[in-house]
Amino acid sequence: MPESKQAYLHIENLTKHFGGFVAVRQLSLEIFSGEFICFLGPSGCGKTTLLRAIAGLDPQSSGSITQGEKDISNLPPSERDFGIVFQSYALFPNLTVFQNVAYGLENQRLPKAEIRKRVTELLQLVGLPEQTEKYPAQLSGGEQQRVALSRALATSPGLLLLDEPLSALDARVRAALRQEIRALHERLGVTTILVTHDQEEALSMADRIVVMNHGRIEQVGTPEEIYGTPASPFVADFIGVMNFMQGEITSSGTVRIGENSINCETTNIQVGRKVRLTVRPEDILCSADSASDQALRENSFLLQVESVEFLGSFCRLILSGPEGFGKLKADLSTQQVHELKVTQNSRLTAEFPSRNLRIFPESS
Amino acid sequence: MSSAAAFPVSTTSVSGASAVRIRVSRDDIVLRSGLVLLITLLVVAVVFPLYTLLSKSFEDNDGEFVGLQNFREYFETPALFTSITNSIGVAISVAFIVLVLAFVYAYALTRTKMPLRGLFRGIALIPILAPSLLAAISLIYWFGNQGVLKSWLFGASIYGPIGVIMASCFWVFPHALMILVTALSTADARLYEAAEALRTPKWRVFWTVTLPGAKYGILSTGFIVFTLVITDFGVPKVIGGRFNVLATDVYKQVVGQQNFEMGAVVSLVLLLPAVVAFIADRWVQRKQVALLSARAVPFQPKADPLRDWLLFVFCAIIAFIFIAMLAMAAYASFVTFWPYNLSLTLKNYDFDLMDGGGWEAYYNSIRLAIYCAVFGSGLIFLGSYLVEKARGIIWLRTILHLGAMLPLAVPGLVLGIAYIFFFNHPDNPLGFLYGTMGILVICTIVHFYTVSHLTCLTALKQLDPEFEAVALSLKTPVWRTFRKVTLPVCLPTLLDVASYLFLNAMTTVSAVVFLYSPETMLASVAVLNMDDAGDIAPAAAMALMIVYTSACFRIMHGLLSRYLKRRTQVWRNQ
Repeated sequence: MPESKQAYLHIENLTKHFGGFVAVRQLSLEIFSGEFICFLGPSGCGKTTLLRAIAGLDPQSSGSITQGEKDISNLPPSERDFGIVFQSYALFPNLTVFQNVAYGLENQRLPKAEIRKRVTELLQLVGLPEQTEKYPAQLSGGEQQRVALSRALATSPGLLLLDEPLSALDARVRAALRQEIRALHERLGVTTILVTHDQEEALSMADRIVVMNHGRIEQVGTPEEIYGTPASPFVADFIGVMNFMQGEITSSGTVRIGENSINCETTNIQVGRKVRLTVRPEDILCSADSASDQALRENSFLLQVESVEFLGSFCRLILSGPEGFGKLKADLSTQQVHELKVTQNSRLTAEFPSRNLRIFPESS
Repeated sequence: MSSAAAFPVSTTSVSGASAVRIRVSRDDIVLRSGLVLLITLLVVAVVFPLYTLLSKSFEDNDGEFVGLQNFREYFETPALFTSITNSIGVAISVAFIVLVLAFVYAYALTRTKMPLRGLFRGIALIPILAPSLLAAISLIYWFGNQGVLKSWLFGASIYGPIGVIMASCFWVFPHALMILVTALSTADARLYEAAEALRTPKWRVFWTVTLPGAKYGILSTGFIVFTLVITDFGVPKVIGGRFNVLATDVYKQVVGQQNFEMGAVVSLVLLLPAVVAFIADRWVQRKQVALLSARAVPFQPKADPLRDWLLFVFCAIIAFIFIAMLAMAAYASFVTFWPYNLSLTLKNYDFDLMDGGGWEAYYNSIRLAIYCAVFGSGLIFLGSYLVEKARGIIWLRTILHLGAMLPLAVPGLVLGIAYIFFFNHPDNPLGFLYGTMGILVICTIVHFYTVSHLTCLTALKQLDPEFEAVALSLKTPVWRTFRKVTLPVCLPTLLDVASYLFLNAMTTVSAVVFLYSPETMLASVAVLNMDDAGDIAPAAAMALMIVYTSACFRIMHGLLSRYLKRRTQVWRNQ
């Protein structure tokens, strides 16, 4: 997180509709100077629309955008201050790597020597100092995206917009470039917005994540906040894997699921309200089947293993329990699975620690 | 943290909020001015003339409005009315014959391992280099009153529907072939593999995979051949004899009888089937879009000796006929006095001694072709760029696009007459253009505008749509990106368009036949006039000069394209 919490970009009440379809609805957001922020959401959630409105490429229908101290709501893209990188790279195919990166600089009428120095510097920064005379078609996807990145940074824009920049690359290159972009951001400190539908990308790169759905913000927060304390069932479900159980609050601090009661924080949700109880698969603690242990600990239940899915470093168990629990996913390390001798149809004691449980009132 | 709940949403507040208007940038001003300018040009060069033509058909000789009087008169004249059935009959016959022959030919070129495919393809494209009149002239030498193979017709006359149909088949064949080759080359190999895996017999694969895949191409070919034939004027004029069709009626009314009002009526009648075919073709094209997915695997034909050799024989016969048509005209152009003195001479090329414009006409044609290629391709590319790449202002772009599509529906003959009415009007400030090279250039560019426009659009659509967005973010003016990126990347397409315009300007007759003056006589019109005057051998000679010139130009274009391709292959994805 940047130390100076100064708002750099102010979005207020922004709405964008295409004909009758509302892509972004009454959205407000503050982005701080030097921050790396991710717009995350399923396709069609309005994240790209929001990005393009910030760039002025598809202007918003209503609402305002302020960048720095300046109201940019009505400015054409050419008068705004941003660099942009697209999924398709959009490198000019008939220009060399050097000419591509120099494209924006040449327009500023800088002396040739200065342009050369700046381009070399930028290509060094993204790790491509030797490729200046090649054409985009001669480079790999990852290399092309690095060139696109240095082209966008060449004019030292105040805001860097990345529209799904890694989605066209294969998994290995994607992971490497993720680190590089992050490192680049740490070095340059340019305020950056990344649009992605890949939660892993968002969790690993962002200072803050803006989770969007149906043109609205579901939650804004650090990756830890988004993952650990999701603000809505949508976020809980969209980020990572989540178990959902139907229940009802019977008293403050107690939720009844089927015949069983579970203790957990009920905050200020009123008694009698139907709720959904959530728990992450890795937060379910499994131990050997023992009736006495089970009685001792709170929120412990006897569950049956339906199936075991081997996933490399860990195994995902599908568990079935008392009525109302449904099928639950629980993650155990491969070592644990061996120690507990887990097989299909074996029984386990599963503990649901109350600090890891979260409830959402059922929408009436 | 802000969440959705903090901002109550209601539809009224969405629509009630004041709309954002982005300030107009310098780029936008440039692009919009370009759009307005091109729309104005198209309105003046297409819409106004057509409107004048329309209003002329409702007037009498003195310019008084007479309602449907002219149309009534037209339909009550049996001689004129039979032209409609003649025209439609000929056009349908040719469409049917050419469709079958060109389909088999295209199939052999694209779906088999038949030997000499490249050569056959080249031979079948020869007619594009010649005016449509050439086929008719050649047929006269083969089957005319003094033709070598007259007896093959068993007493029937070549001057009439038979000759018109045969000659039309010849000159429209390459047009049909090109569409069908395209339709048949875009096959998805996976469909054939699936069919084979299901042990489908070959004839059934043909009926259930090949034909449906080429369905839209076939329909489109039918419409285009129909339109080409019904609006062609050169062939029936030369070999039609007493067989009247709509196109020759227009010419007779206007040039022969100076009855402009009736000429306007007939050309409107001619416009009708052309417009219907145009709309039908557009409809078919739209259907075609989703047929081939990006994931399709290109089809690679396998050898099948029996099929390949049968098709070889078929293609060889067609190719032989094509060469015979060209060769006969070439031979006859050197003959002293057909058929009595067959010694060879160059006197038929001494155009300055004949009526018909002389060598000056030939040079005029080259001038016209160069002007059309240079100015036409530039203008059309600019237009398609504005349609595709100008941001916002969709309605202006749509108007320009519709304006660019319109010429395809207007037969050249109709366009030519409309130009007479419009530019020859005493009150028209543009009247000074009448009788100049300028009006010929404008008319020819407009006549062939649509195909060129669509070609450019296809090329532009293949560019990444985000180029302009990137350029904007780099604060680059739009014309710099146009010059540095768009134009260089589209250069091969631009050359193709220039070549298309050049060849058509060399060979076209229909529109310019009404617009030339003694100073701007053209080679293709000279062919017509010399044939009319009975100088058939010099007409053949002039037609061949057009073929030679077109062929040279074609070869130069090929070499230039290859050079460009080699120079740019480093950055072009192969």
